[in-house]
Amino acid sequence: MDRRSFLSRSVALGCSLAASPLLTPVSFASAPGDKRLVVIILRGGMDGMGAVAPYGDAGFSGLRGPLTLGDEGYIDLDGFFAMHGALRPLLPLWQDQQLGFVHAVSTPYRDKRSHFDGQDLLEAGGFSLQDGKVRDGWLNRMMGHMSGQNAEMAYAIGSDPLNILGGAQTVQRWSPDVDLALSSQAIRLAQLVTKDDPAMSAALAEGLRLADSDGDAVAVEGGMQDMMSMLQDNAAAGRGTSYETRVAKFAAGRLRKDARIASFSLNGWDTHANQGRVLARSLSALSDVILTLKSELKGPAWKRTAVVAITEFGRTARFNGSKGTDHGTGGAMVLAGGAIRGGRVHADWPGLNEADLFQRRDLMPTRDLRAYTGWLIRDLFGLPSGAVERDIFPQLDLGDDPNLLL
Amino acid sequence: MSFDPILAEIRFGCGLSPNIAPSESVGEFLAGLDRPDEMADRFPIESFPEFRLRMVKREELQKEFRKNRGTDAGETLRKEIRLLKKQARLDHWTWMASHVLRRTHSQTPFKERIEGFWADHFTTAGKAGVIRRGVSPFVESAIRPNMSGNFSDLLIASVTHPLMVHYLDQDRSAGPNSRQAKKKPGKFGLNENLAREILELHTLGVDGPYTQGDVRELAELLTGLTFKANKGRHFQKSLAEPGEEIVLGTSYGGDKPHIRDIHVVLRDLAVHPATARHMATKLATHFVSDRPDPDLVAAIERVWRDSDGELSVVYEAMLRHPMAWTDRNPNFKQPFEFVSSAARALNVHPRTVQSLTEKKMRQRFFDPLRLMGHIWQRPSGPDGLDEDDSAWITPQGMAARLQWAVIVPSLLVPQLPDPREFVKTALGSRANDTVRFAAGAAESRADGIGLVLISPAFQRT
Repeated sequence: MDRRSFLSRSVALGCSLAASPLLTPVSFASAPGDKRLVVIILRGGMDGMGAVAPYGDAGFSGLRGPLTLGDEGYIDLDGFFAMHGALRPLLPLWQDQQLGFVHAVSTPYRDKRSHFDGQDLLEAGGFSLQDGKVRDGWLNRMMGHMSGQNAEMAYAIGSDPLNILGGAQTVQRWSPDVDLALSSQAIRLAQLVTKDDPAMSAALAEGLRLADSDGDAVAVEGGMQDMMSMLQDNAAAGRGTSYETRVAKFAAGRLRKDARIASFSLNGWDTHANQGRVLARSLSALSDVILTLKSELKGPAWKRTAVVAITEFGRTARFNGSKGTDHGTGGAMVLAGGAIRGGRVHADWPGLNEADLFQRRDLMPTRDLRAYTGWLIRDLFGLPSGAVERDIFPQLDLGDDPNLLL
Repeated sequence: MSFDPILAEIRFGCGLSPNIAPSESVGEFLAGLDRPDEMADRFPIESFPEFRLRMVKREELQKEFRKNRGTDAGETLRKEIRLLKKQARLDHWTWMASHVLRRTHSQTPFKERIEGFWADHFTTAGKAGVIRRGVSPFVESAIRPNMSGNFSDLLIASVTHPLMVHYLDQDRSAGPNSRQAKKKPGKFGLNENLAREILELHTLGVDGPYTQGDVRELAELLTGLTFKANKGRHFQKSLAEPGEEIVLGTSYGGDKPHIRDIHVVLRDLAVHPATARHMATKLATHFVSDRPDPDLVAAIERVWRDSDGELSVVYEAMLRHPMAWTDRNPNFKQPFEFVSSAARALNVHPRTVQSLTEKKMRQRFFDPLRLMGHIWQRPSGPDGLDEDDSAWITPQGMAARLQWAVIVPSLLVPQLPDPREFVKTALGSRANDTVRFAAGAAESRADGIGLVLISPAFQRT
């Protein structure tokens, strides 16, 4: 059932506030199993070779210079790949086999290297952009193949559009940077003035509930001054615990309850200049997000969770003139979670000799990233291969099973 | 039910204002479309031809920069490029301020609303660099001068506009048998994006009587239409597919491709019965209700067909129909309508908005709109904003509106009005006892104003 039909149904039936589906999500059918999926979109094009360096390839140092391993540098993973030092906090997860990587993959997108198109294709899950834009996202199409939907099943978090979750299936949206701060009197009066409009009043009630549960309180006693200072406190809190961490915390909170799918974006991967500093910062945010998900999902739920981070394309194999990398093709994916069979880097490694590179400039993608994502969702949610290869990811050949899950 | 001055301002205008009297008749309400454009004079927005010069300059500097890379001159050029980009960014905030102020102070508010409707119908955006700031100049040059004439002129101005040609990848499209494609096989190919959106979104509608074959033929007919900053939008014969194309059973073009062929097919699509149906439904849905009365849609459609899409008589047909004034299933204001009608009710002074820094424009307008679900001039797709109210009445959207309504008004006027007075200013005859009570019971003026703005009487139209 899509959002349109359930809202109009609640209006048509003249539902009272208490019976509104927005307020009582558990009144719907039980959730489809207890597996959880978090899809993180790394916007800007993560440098896969910077995040997970193939230092065992003889061609690597010729392209990127010598690699420093050890406390101040990269962390060896398997004698061939080493992960960036900013991911060091994730080392225990790697050792527990709850962290893994996929390398030398990309979407079917080639040649133009535009963020705009690359992200469109990444989120649509399609094979090509030539036929115009596909307007729904692959995560939403995936939901169409799952039984026992409930209104709280999927969350798009943050204020960017997240087309990956766009489409016919109901998706909840929330951004933790809505900083409501109101007196209890104002909250009561706001509920009063909207009470005769069922759709508005249900949405407001749910908004107040979510705002109260996203890490900063809504009700504040006192006048305008208090409210302004509370907003500033929230802004300060936002600086202390980063926005990304708040997003992850909120996602975990929903996933502990009825949500099974959550998606959000991390920005800051377009490392055209001074890559050393910029990439470290973005990887460190990703590491914080994964650790926040783990600590907030608390044990059993984490065991049933798969986190996958994907990006629109990788970057050039060589550094450019400003100590950065430009838009490329083949890149890496990050896998994490208690449900993951981690501790390994999956790759059909293409090599780094000049002739091995895509158009002599980018890491050659040897496999469609949709094949890995496809196997992951197929096994996590028990989806038929046919649905994955035709509807969710059109024109995909799943190929060999990479055995991503426990 | 017939024309009601208060409802006209709320439903078809920009909301009630404390110092602008509502129009008394349909005639007066529509007359504003053809009067001298006072709002454009008071709150200017750059035209696209002027804006294009920025892109030309950017390319010239880039070319020079490439020649001088690594030298002091190169460094100077790099700084100039950065400044040029920054200036475009800063100017685009002043254009946003102009859009807000036009809605706040217009004596002819239907003009602003219908501009919003068409700007969204022809949703477009720049993808990277300076052209990202080109949306307001596109609206100012392609939409605003063409809103009360014939739809075919509006259609041609919009879909062959440089920004649309760029946004929907027409500048990447070449006929499979064009000279360019033959010269460099594999490098040039057909891109169907613009053709598909013209049929699906701009004219016939997704349920319209066209096939994938029509999309492809139209795409082939469109080849040659392209854009370069220094040449503007132009027709490049070496990209054009030779030979005739059959779109909806009619043959267009021939061995000598010409932009005239594109104009001819667009004029035919503009007067197609499916376009009349699609646009009548969309107008009634946008302005009146998500579930518009079938008689209302039929009346607009009939006039569209009879007049071959003469827009001023189409608007009049809508406003003269009794079911345009029904109070059943009223619409919910989209985020920009909500924010700008609040500014109008508060009679926000032009200087207050014009003097806002980039950071403050973000805090007061751009960021709140984003949280309400509308990322200003950065569409998630060519289908534009959702007409379905349920896309906006969301937990996050409502929370963001409440937050804005309580805080931002006090930052836009030197002193907030008495909430009990504001009930009358903002709601007129729609004020009810609940809102009056809440406005009086609020602990502060800011809360009181916020409660009036969040009420269904203000947000429903």
